[in-house]
Amino acid sequence: MKKVIALVLALMLMVPAFAMAEDIVKIGVFEPSSGDNGAGGKQEVLGVEYAHSLKPTVTVGGVEYTVQLVNVDNQSDSSKAVTAAQELVSAGVSVVLGSYGSGASMAGGDVFAAAEVPAIGLSCTNPSVTTLCDYYWRICFLDPFQGSVMANFANSLGAKKAYVLTMLGEDYGNGLGHFFTDAFKGLGGEVVSETFPEGTSDFTAYINNAINAGCDAVFAPCATTYASLIIDQAASLNVTFPLLAGDTWESSVILDAAKGKNIEVYVSTFFDENDDGAAAAEFVSGFKAWLNDNADKKTNNGGNDIVAAVSALGFDGYNVALAAIEAAGSIDAKAIAEALPTVVYDGAVTGSISFDEIGDANKDMAYVKKANTETGAFDFVKTQTVAGL
Amino acid sequence: MFDRILPYILAGISVGGQYALIAVGYTMVYGILRLINFAHGDIFTAAGFFMVYLTASLPMQISIPLVIVLTVALGFTLERVAYKPLRTAPRMSVMISAIGASYLLQNLMWYVTGGLAKQYPVLPWLSDNVQIFTASTKVVTIVTPILTIGLVIALVMLIKHTKIGMAMRAVSHDFETSQLMGIRINSVISMTFVIGSGLAAVGSMLYFTNYSTVTPTVGAMPGLKAFVAAVFGGIGSIPGAVIGAFVIGISENLIKAAGYTAFSDAFTFALLIVVLLFKPTGLFGEKTAEKV
Repeated sequence: MKKVIALVLALMLMVPAFAMAEDIVKIGVFEPSSGDNGAGGKQEVLGVEYAHSLKPTVTVGGVEYTVQLVNVDNQSDSSKAVTAAQELVSAGVSVVLGSYGSGASMAGGDVFAAAEVPAIGLSCTNPSVTTLCDYYWRICFLDPFQGSVMANFANSLGAKKAYVLTMLGEDYGNGLGHFFTDAFKGLGGEVVSETFPEGTSDFTAYINNAINAGCDAVFAPCATTYASLIIDQAASLNVTFPLLAGDTWESSVILDAAKGKNIEVYVSTFFDENDDGAAAAEFVSGFKAWLNDNADKKTNNGGNDIVAAVSALGFDGYNVALAAIEAAGSIDAKAIAEALPTVVYDGAVTGSISFDEIGDANKDMAYVKKANTETGAFDFVKTQTVAGL
Repeated sequence: MFDRILPYILAGISVGGQYALIAVGYTMVYGILRLINFAHGDIFTAAGFFMVYLTASLPMQISIPLVIVLTVALGFTLERVAYKPLRTAPRMSVMISAIGASYLLQNLMWYVTGGLAKQYPVLPWLSDNVQIFTASTKVVTIVTPILTIGLVIALVMLIKHTKIGMAMRAVSHDFETSQLMGIRINSVISMTFVIGSGLAAVGSMLYFTNYSTVTPTVGAMPGLKAFVAAVFGGIGSIPGAVIGAFVIGISENLIKAAGYTAFSDAFTFALLIVVLLFKPTGLFGEKTAEKV
């Protein structure tokens, strides 16, 4: 009897194998849809899904494969990210996209490396994501660059003393805060750095510290859940200095928090909705139409059709993944990993993508935007290139 | 100097008042059932979500009382479902049940809300800005300590001068004997949860008006600190919980003012350890020897 049961179970294990006989290639979407970075993660997924709706198949060696997206929620948490990454590996994905949030990406990186599955970071800007992991590539700029962009921008606003506020033990914020500090000091400015513990909701003491220290700019790269509290409390303390942050703050959460308040908020980001390049313009109009046709998608975008930079990166990341599969001529994860360094993708909406030897994209331009407190949208301020620093 | 310290003290008093409203819930339940109701912080969070969802479709005048009613109903149900069936079970079982209830509520909220932060509605008047000497703050900062102390005085009156209050004191003093004396123990315990949850609902309105983001785990930290406050003041003692809450709220902010921002939470918990070392029953705790 036991043997019969064992045989039946063994046969049942083979059922999924039969199902896979269809020509399917799986792409893992490793993103948070809950937790501190949930809002941004959802927007990044939207970009991937939109790209998938335009190109649902990929042809490798004359065979047309249907692309299947495998979504997991890493809950914006480094410990849960490991489990989520393992889930993707056991689902048999050929390549992984994500994650929003450098901490989650770094945690997942070890799992992907062990399974030899390549991962393409979309908006994770911490340098360690790729330097510490041989199986991670990335299509956006890095924090040393972003930090110096914002330091230069703060300097151009006339700031002499900056207050840097980050969350204790968070990889993204601490990294970016550190690079900002270096760059700002290099420009002759002074920096006061403080950290807040996870779960903090009272930021008045921090903002008062910034006021008392005589700071004339605040740089606070942190998750949007904290950002909305910081903006709200800074506004009620009538601060006169501007709040600056990196790419995470380019979110409708920030716009909602700043709307109708007397506060200046600047962010640096990867993409601008009003970019006049042909690929970008086509993406923006197509993506807006797609959002407006799907009520669920629009809700995930924060209830409006403002195109977030992370959605554009999600769109590009999916296309880079397809280009890598085509370049590899195989849907085998290891073959794709070997092909990725040679991939050059010119059709990207956030600027042409190619990789350096570490696996980072050769990108050298950031957009600085300001939250408009009347219209509830981001206004373009300027672009900044590496050469211009 | 005063100008510099004032904003921190204001924030501390306000935070302390919010902790106090939660801490009273902890301390009352402990006083009567000898149970630490770990789900109390989650009831506080749930009150925040009730407000977010109710104001989406109802006017503010109806939402506010309805939030209190719903939160009270939640606290009442929690006691009936998770604690009452375990009345005769060992105390450890009830405690495990409390931890389970806490995670159940947290994950339910995670599931219902999708895990994303929700923006708390703006309560009229409370959210307005006000100038106090040199510091600018929200009206709620001033209202919180006044309302807290008012509610606590009312509660102490209720306990000292009404029949149900007398029953509560009796039950707290000796559970079994009071039962023999004809006190309906279940209704007394339910009443405790009703009062505790009602105060948590009021606390959540004050808290979220100041810190307007509601997430499923947002209650964990204030819940923990309120628990520390209750132990600090002597768990089971209502004035003790209130004083403990204000001490913790103010000292937390002064630590931040002194520049040790990274240690503000560590300080709170270190304070708890020190108090327990020197005064194991807290500042105003009963001095009875007890086996746990």
